[in-house]
Amino acid sequence: MNPDSQVRPYPSRRTVLKTAAVLSIPALGGCVTSGKEDTGGAKDSGAEKTTENPLGVKADAPLEVVVFKGGYGDEYAVKAEATYQQKYPSAKIDHKGLQKVGEAMQPRFVAGTPPDVVDNTGAGRLDIATLVSANQVTDLADLLDAPSLDQPGKKVRDTLLPGVVDDGTFAGKTVALNFTYTVWGVWYSKSLFADRGWTYPKTWDEMVALCAEIKKAGVAPWTYQGKYPEYINDPLLSMAAKAGGPDLVKAVDNLQPGAWKQDGLVQAATAFAELAGQGYLMSGSEALSHTEAQAAWCQKKAAFIPCGSWLEAEQKGVAPAGFDMVMGTVPARSSSDQLPVTAVQAASSESFLVPAKAKNAAGGQEYLRILFSKQSATAFAEANSTLPAVAGATDGLTLSSGLGSVRDAVTAAGSDTFTYRFRTWYAPLAKAVDDATGELVNKRISPADWSTRIQKAADAVAKDSSVTKFTR
Amino acid sequence: MKHGRWRFLLGALVPALVLHVVFVLSPYAQAFWLSLTDWTGVAGEARFVGADNYVRLGGDSLFLDAVRNNALLLIVVPLVTIAIGLFLASMLRTSSARIGQGYRIVFFFPQLLSLVVIAVLWGFVYNPNTGLLNSGLRAVGLGGLAHSWLAEPAFALVAVMAVLVWSSVGFYVVLFSAAIEGIPRELFEAALLDGAGKWATFSRVTLPLVRESVQVAFVYLGIAALDAFAVVQVMTVGPGGPDGATEVIGLSLYRTAFTYGKFGYASAMGVALFFATLTLAVLALRSGRRERLELA
Repeated sequence: MNPDSQVRPYPSRRTVLKTAAVLSIPALGGCVTSGKEDTGGAKDSGAEKTTENPLGVKADAPLEVVVFKGGYGDEYAVKAEATYQQKYPSAKIDHKGLQKVGEAMQPRFVAGTPPDVVDNTGAGRLDIATLVSANQVTDLADLLDAPSLDQPGKKVRDTLLPGVVDDGTFAGKTVALNFTYTVWGVWYSKSLFADRGWTYPKTWDEMVALCAEIKKAGVAPWTYQGKYPEYINDPLLSMAAKAGGPDLVKAVDNLQPGAWKQDGLVQAATAFAELAGQGYLMSGSEALSHTEAQAAWCQKKAAFIPCGSWLEAEQKGVAPAGFDMVMGTVPARSSSDQLPVTAVQAASSESFLVPAKAKNAAGGQEYLRILFSKQSATAFAEANSTLPAVAGATDGLTLSSGLGSVRDAVTAAGSDTFTYRFRTWYAPLAKAVDDATGELVNKRISPADWSTRIQKAADAVAKDSSVTKFTR
Repeated sequence: MKHGRWRFLLGALVPALVLHVVFVLSPYAQAFWLSLTDWTGVAGEARFVGADNYVRLGGDSLFLDAVRNNALLLIVVPLVTIAIGLFLASMLRTSSARIGQGYRIVFFFPQLLSLVVIAVLWGFVYNPNTGLLNSGLRAVGLGGLAHSWLAEPAFALVAVMAVLVWSSVGFYVVLFSAAIEGIPRELFEAALLDGAGKWATFSRVTLPLVRESVQVAFVYLGIAALDAFAVVQVMTVGPGGPDGATEVIGLSLYRTAFTYGKFGYASAMGVALFFATLTLAVLALRSGRRERLELA
């Protein structure tokens, strides 16, 4: 071999880099944001709307359903799919039960090829406010006004529990329907209370007096899921809402100046600061995860624990036999409260939505009409001991003590249910509230500091032009 | 002939290069672009907002908490880990071979566990009521020292640091042991003959001769300290709490992207972290470039 040819037998480092750079250009072009913007979406080339088919579903259009397969499984969704199949035998149904719905759906939303129904639930779900501001979800007005599947003479809208439609409404459009109904309150063991002769208090003064008695009996009055401070937030904010009424809640959600300085909120914060100050919170609670705190409560180390209505299902196998947990409503702060003591914080979850760019949006809505029928909801309640968002779905069922108390609380509250929307609208504000409440119940800040801090965070969100604002 | 070589080289290089470009370089490049936009993570398009995201970083108090905590981690974790690592490694040199080998294996154990597992286990250890740490303290009559480790702002970050040090020290013991074994035995013997004590032997002989390994350790540990995401996310209150006491940049980034749906802003955090890591690596490697000790 001619030694001269050895001078440049191999490409130099420079030529390799150059080649690499050229090769990389098409790859870089495949960027996340290169998806085409709205071409109006592949709207339903739907069939005619009739009484039998109020949403105009094309009988042979395929339907893709993506469901969060968490604590409730996905059997209930499969059942509704079977009903859909019966109604439209020529439709091909594609079912996916996933744990990480958000992760799987994000690229499909970006690419503009989402499925027809998404149950946007579970850890890592997509932020619904973000989906709304990106115009990725369908307005469900047609569905809400369609006749209910199995309750003649009623529209779908009228079959739902109070607040369900509002929970899915963003900027005047209902874009999500939540399938389960959650109520927040303070839980205790009925058998423990009967043994000790304690009665669940109706007012905060009674609560404080009872706490003193419980502490004397050698039991910690309260524990909470300190690792996640939002748990102790719920009774605090519920108490504030009862004191200040719907106006207080609205002012908070609408980011009104000074909203967090309202008397009801400061009073509620003071009440919980007192609870901590008197030593009525089980020591160490501040570092316990929800499983640890709830287990301690089930072992009767503490009398009360704040939680949503999923608690009973979550403690299956942990709570001893005969524990008989029941949920009480948050006691009234004072006699001048705007809402009755029976009022409850209630919100729906398991959020079903129809993507704006779904190929079979009409089919997606029809699927939801089937899912939200009374029959489907009752079957769900029976299988999961959870209250569905459909009114009367648990009528005639024999319920466990926890679920029974939840249903009774909902019945007693009637239309006096409330919910804060800022948690879903403005996630950074929710984080600020959680942090502040964590500090409050650990006696590191005063109730006044608490409201000042949160007000500052709320003002920052209100001023931030990059955040889509909602009002109610 | 020449063409054949090119073809062979391209055949060998292109698949690897394409994979690298598509899955490593292109996400980096995209992050740089996204950090200048308001991309939400679900929209098909992003609006260019210039340097807004970077300006915002300066006024984000939680992010600044994260920077402060990462800076503290950066100072403490590498120093403590390397100090313990060197100490144990030089102790192992003087101990008998069999015991040394046994200890080396034991020290290496934490390295075999995933960080998430370590974080969960230490979460149990730190449990204020039933945890190993407080129970141990109470058992030896030091109950007064028991704390709610992860829930008190004064201790939470220290608790995180301890876990990071514990989980990485074994690896560096092995690394430094290998480096120390590479030192010719005569040097130690000479030092002994000259009457050097243990400390003098360590500081005058061992340390200068394992410099390079220590320097590499600083870079690795520095990068780990700038991350710390897994331990904080799994173990701490909040996570990142109480009240931002254990917030780290990686956690802020994760929350901003996946909870708040602000991928553009999160990318800006990522780019900032990228430059911090790069600067650290360059500085650490430059500072040690001084004269090299010749062994011959």
